[in-house]
Amino acid sequence: MALKMVKGSIDRMFDKNLQDLVRGIRNHKEDEAKFISACIDEIKHELKQDNIAVKANAVCKLTYLQMLGYDVSWAAFNIIEVMSSSKFTFKRIGYLAASQCFHEGTDVIMLTTNQIRKDLSSPNQYDTGVALTGLSCFVTPDLARDLANDIMTLMSHTKPYIRKKAVLIMYKVFLKYPESLRPAFPRLKEKLEDPDPGVQSAAVNVICELARRNPKNYLSLAPLFFKLMTSSTNNWVLIKIIKLFGALTPLEPRLGKKLIEPLTNLIHSTSAMSLLYECVNTVIAVLISLSSGMPNHSASIQLCVQKLRILIEDSDQNLKYLGLLAMSKILKTHPKSVQSHKDLILQCLDDKDESIRLRALDLLYGMVSKKNLMEIVKKLMIHVDKAEGTTYRDELLTKIIDICSQSNYQYITNFEWYISILVELTRLEGTRHGHLIASQMLDVAIRVKAIRSFAVSQMAMLLDNAHLLAGNTQRNGICEVLYAAAWICGEFSEHLEEPMQTLEAVLRPKVTTLPGHIQAVYVQNAVKLFATVLARQEGAGDRQAAQETTELLIEKLPQFVQSSDLEVQERASCILQLIKYIQKLQAKEVSVSEEVSALFSGELNPVAPKAQKKVPIPDGLDLDSWINKPLRETESEDEKPRAIFHEEEPQHSRPRLPEIDEKELAKRREVRKQEQASNPFYIKSSPSPQKCYQETANVDHIPVVQIDLTVPLKVPGMPMSDQYVKLEEDRRQKQKQDKKKDKKKKKEKEKKRGKGRRLDSAHTESEEDIAPAQSVDIMTEEMPENALPSDEDDKDPNDPYRALDIDLDKPLVDSDKLPVRTHRPTEGLKSPDPMMGVEEQGEKKSSKKIKKDKERKKSKEEKKKKKHRKSASGKEVEEEGQVEKPAPPAAESESTAPPAAPPTEDSDLDFWLSSASVPSQSQPELVDPAPSSEPEEPKDEEEREESKSSKHKKKKHRKEKEEKSKKKKKQHQDEGAAESVQNGTLEEEEEPLPPMSNYSLLAENSDIKMVCDIQGNLQDGSQVVVSVIFENKGSSFLKSMEFNVMDSLNTKLVRPEGASVHDGIAVPFQLPPGVSNEARFVFTVQSIIMPQKLKGTLTFIVKTEDGSSHEKLDFKLLFTCTSYLITTPCYSDAFAKLLESGELKMNCLKLEGITMPFHHLLAKICFHHHFSVVERIDSCSSMYSRSIQGHHVCLLVKTGDKSVSIDAKCDEPTLLSNVLDEIKLTFAVTC
Amino acid sequence: MIKAILIFNNHGKPRLSKFYEHYSEDTEQQIIRETFHLVSKRDENVCNFLEGGMLIGGSDNKLIYRHYATLYFVFCVDSSESELGILDLIQVFVETLDKCFENVCELDLIFHVDKVHNILAEMVMGGMVLETNMNEIVTQVDAENKMEKSEAGLAGAPARAVSAVKNMNLPEMPRNINIGDISIKVPNLPSFK
Repeated sequence: MALKMVKGSIDRMFDKNLQDLVRGIRNHKEDEAKFISACIDEIKHELKQDNIAVKANAVCKLTYLQMLGYDVSWAAFNIIEVMSSSKFTFKRIGYLAASQCFHEGTDVIMLTTNQIRKDLSSPNQYDTGVALTGLSCFVTPDLARDLANDIMTLMSHTKPYIRKKAVLIMYKVFLKYPESLRPAFPRLKEKLEDPDPGVQSAAVNVICELARRNPKNYLSLAPLFFKLMTSSTNNWVLIKIIKLFGALTPLEPRLGKKLIEPLTNLIHSTSAMSLLYECVNTVIAVLISLSSGMPNHSASIQLCVQKLRILIEDSDQNLKYLGLLAMSKILKTHPKSVQSHKDLILQCLDDKDESIRLRALDLLYGMVSKKNLMEIVKKLMIHVDKAEGTTYRDELLTKIIDICSQSNYQYITNFEWYISILVELTRLEGTRHGHLIASQMLDVAIRVKAIRSFAVSQMAMLLDNAHLLAGNTQRNGICEVLYAAAWICGEFSEHLEEPMQTLEAVLRPKVTTLPGHIQAVYVQNAVKLFATVLARQEGAGDRQAAQETTELLIEKLPQFVQSSDLEVQERASCILQLIKYIQKLQAKEVSVSEEVSALFSGELNPVAPKAQKKVPIPDGLDLDSWINKPLRETESEDEKPRAIFHEEEPQHSRPRLPEIDEKELAKRREVRKQEQASNPFYIKSSPSPQKCYQETANVDHIPVVQIDLTVPLKVPGMPMSDQYVKLEEDRRQKQKQDKKKDKKKKKEKEKKRGKGRRLDSAHTESEEDIAPAQSVDIMTEEMPENALPSDEDDKDPNDPYRALDIDLDKPLVDSDKLPVRTHRPTEGLKSPDPMMGVEEQGEKKSSKKIKKDKERKKSKEEKKKKKHRKSASGKEVEEEGQVEKPAPPAAESESTAPPAAPPTEDSDLDFWLSSASVPSQSQPELVDPAPSSEPEEPKDEEEREESKSSKHKKKKHRKEKEEKSKKKKKQHQDEGAAESVQNGTLEEEEEPLPPMSNYSLLAENSDIKMVCDIQGNLQDGSQVVVSVIFENKGSSFLKSMEFNVMDSLNTKLVRPEGASVHDGIAVPFQLPPGVSNEARFVFTVQSIIMPQKLKGTLTFIVKTEDGSSHEKLDFKLLFTCTSYLITTPCYSDAFAKLLESGELKMNCLKLEGITMPFHHLLAKICFHHHFSVVERIDSCSSMYSRSIQGHHVCLLVKTGDKSVSIDAKCDEPTLLSNVLDEIKLTFAVTC
Repeated sequence: MIKAILIFNNHGKPRLSKFYEHYSEDTEQQIIRETFHLVSKRDENVCNFLEGGMLIGGSDNKLIYRHYATLYFVFCVDSSESELGILDLIQVFVETLDKCFENVCELDLIFHVDKVHNILAEMVMGGMVLETNMNEIVTQVDAENKMEKSEAGLAGAPARAVSAVKNMNLPEMPRNINIGDISIKVPNLPSFK
């Protein structure tokens, strides 16, 4: 055997391993692809061999090739083969490969379920670990559903190494299978207090990740996190928690109040920059969430800003960057505090690091005021000129526009200046934001009436110099500006001084090189201009000139009629006919100008971007029904006419990706060309002096002369914005002087008041009293009547995290189960440890209290008269709670047991938040017995707090709360409804199963209670795993627990290496009062056909205030035959074969007086005795199970009138009779 | 969440790529190229954060990287991660590599990418930070390697011998070309323990 292995490995050593492959690739630099394809052939050959080592080697190489970009999905099945190897070495290779290339679309992934399950329950922690790591990368919804329960069990594994991995992977499971969140959450919460810091950190990690997406569901954990924050010393954990609080505070302002102090302390004390930074961040979040009524508010802000300044001034670029980032958050709510650091921020604009410059730009946004806007923009314009990369320059451009246009042009005092800035920006070569500039021009010209004549004159100049801009015809390039220019000149042509000149500019042949949509606007606006020119000429009585103008149009328009762009063509032909008709009229000496102008009369008003959506659909209009029967689509897509003003609308949307458009256009053009070529009826466009748009597709062939750009481009005659800055300054100066007299008077008055105040008012005056140069009438955008602009429709319905928005405070109901293939309900839901049940109830109460609180709020708003009824209504709610409870009877029965230790303080968030700093020990007593009287306190405080805050805030706050309470109420009702239905169906056949537990009492005394469950080990036929839940029943701390049993010949406890048979195993945790935890112990068994009993002892130390004492508790551990059975699914044909084989011995059992529904009976057998149902026909069912040593056990269960007969077959008669006895016992106990 | 971890050299050759979200092989290569392009054009003394490649992530995502000798270590993370924390994690990662490979250099990463993956798996799992304590990581990695060795046992010996011979024969694998000293101490960053 050994010889064979050696021989095999000698054969193998001439195979290429990963190192050889890498070396080979490095040696074949020239023909790498060829070499690799040869290697892949070799790998394919290796994969066909039987030797698993060869396969693993091949898979290892594939993993490397995958990194180089080769698709290796064809080897998915081989990867699974390697994964299922029993050797860790190969398993690890397999899982690594799987984690690199498996994904949800991999079809063979479903084959891995059982293998992974097997690995998860492996006694070797590294097998489990490697499976968890792999699974975390390729978990699918199916895998998540099937394995959720197994992973949850691992969360209480004895090894912290496994625990932390299991905890971490739960996040992935939740994402893929959101139903698992509720049943698993209690245990996850428990892990927050795990003795191992790694596990604790993992749990914090997962909950933070969950809470980030749906923070409101995790508010109830705030007290627990608060405790962790004040006690933990692990910076990773602290950072996560602090980040989490940042997400929670916006939802609960009272939380912020509580946080400020410890956070401030941390800021002062920590030396770790990362922690300091996160603290500052969260303090900022807190300050944002708090109303401005806080007295020590400004101190905190000052502290933050001060610390940030230190960061920004640091020589480390990373800190500088982060400082700026955090500063921008403060800016949103407290611009004043940031504005004082303007110097620093402007300095950062000159930094050599682009990331830092960009962050500084963000900050500038909030630093502008009416006073300094021009100055800042001027500075930015200088940067625009200096900037090298187009990305940074484009970023500058968008920032300039953002800064100027923010809050409805609030800071612009001189729109002439702004227009000239926009015009200057058009000089930017190669920018991709032409569209942005264009939309600003349109917006300003339309909405600021006073500026129109100036804007029109500027735009006319742009049109005149269009050749400077038109060089760059790429989409969204600067030529987009011409779109705006043409439209503005046309629409407001009455302001033009020389409309004729502009008209000529619009009709230049060069225009036809512009993109189609711009040409279309040109054509349309040419007519508007024409109308104006005509009116003037006719007004002046110059008919000759008018006719010449018409002539000009008739002469120039055909160039557009020939356009390849449908829109342009259509408009041009239409207009050409119109003009020709006008010409005829003119020939008859009819004055037409009035009628032509009438075509364009009326004003176009700006329309809000969301207005269209808000137009209500009239009654009786069905937008989905066809007007005509749909035609078969025969036309190619590009024939679809474009919406006429579609370019105007995306003003607020992002610019499209130019590449895609370009590509698509090219493709379409290609298709069309081919169509045309093969169409004998298509007349090819005759070569005309004007270049057709179609031909511009081949511009690559035209030699392009590079323009030397070192000379700054200056459009002749264009006004410089600086000019306006100067003018504006002069104007302000004058204004100031005018005002001085008034001020003096005021100052005299103010002298009598406090100094600081005077300074203040003087300051604001100088800032706010700058009157705009023009009397600006900024029109608001139009909306349909009764429609409010809102953001509600902006939410993305496809958010993957939405599914995880689950109320975790609701008590678990029967439907919250993890699907368990093995028919074992999860530990979490049937609350094997009473503690969990109690905790949930506590939570339930707390949620109710919040509800109550909110209801009360609502009533308060209605009228205060209800105040006295409050306690009564509280009782009502409480009663409702009573009605609700009967659903999980088991949980209730457990909850009736006196809770030795009341739930921890997190049971009542409201209370925790409202009490300033009640010591946590005394709290629970207050909470439990008097739930109806206690909420008065927080409410009062809230009232006070609210009255302090500003009215505006109050309203908003209240509204929110009201909404919440409504929602809650609704949920509540739903819940109730669901339950009543359940109760109604009690008599029905398919009644829900009562919760079951396999945990049986092991031993109990006044200090501790042990319950246990025994399960066979799937992998090892000689091992069983005993899960014991220890519950601390007393009020003292339990530690140093040691679990020991007396081994029998047949059954032995697996002890760590080197331990003698008399040594116990230390339980890997300590138990504070009222807490329970689970530990697992592995036993080896030889024969499994008989039940076994082992005597054992648990020793532990009880630590009380007076001291500690050693205690011990004896128990008897019963290994039933059932516990050796493993639920194994079996198909009916395989089952039939098994029965036919004749190797099985028969036995039977009859149970009398069974009244329970048949499906209950089956479920009980499945659950307690690890069977699975093979087939069920009416009142008869076949069931199957397998022992860990491979014995088949088959049952045929038939139910008659109040009796059940079970025929059973098994290859081991003793085992069978024992199992049947146990089944009998189960039903004897329950009936 | 960490979205991806990439290691590539000064020429953009990938030395390790770990994506915690699925992308096709082509997209992965594009992401690596794009990231390399973004990172490589930055000076040495600028900040280690970069907003966004187009391909991976979106506005919420950041690239956090460190440059050691010939290698770039890039982590793509979303806003739930602390920037400075990740920088520190990279440092821990590199120090761990240094410990496991004994004076790590690019060649170690080239020829033992599987081992690097195994080390990484002990630090980051499914995009979430699993362990930050270097000693703990090294302990686990060592234990796993020990297991591997014991499994190979007798059968593995000849293969190891041959591989040693192969390495000996080839002048191409000069261990003494230690491409730069990879363990550079972080300036201005108080250690993060």
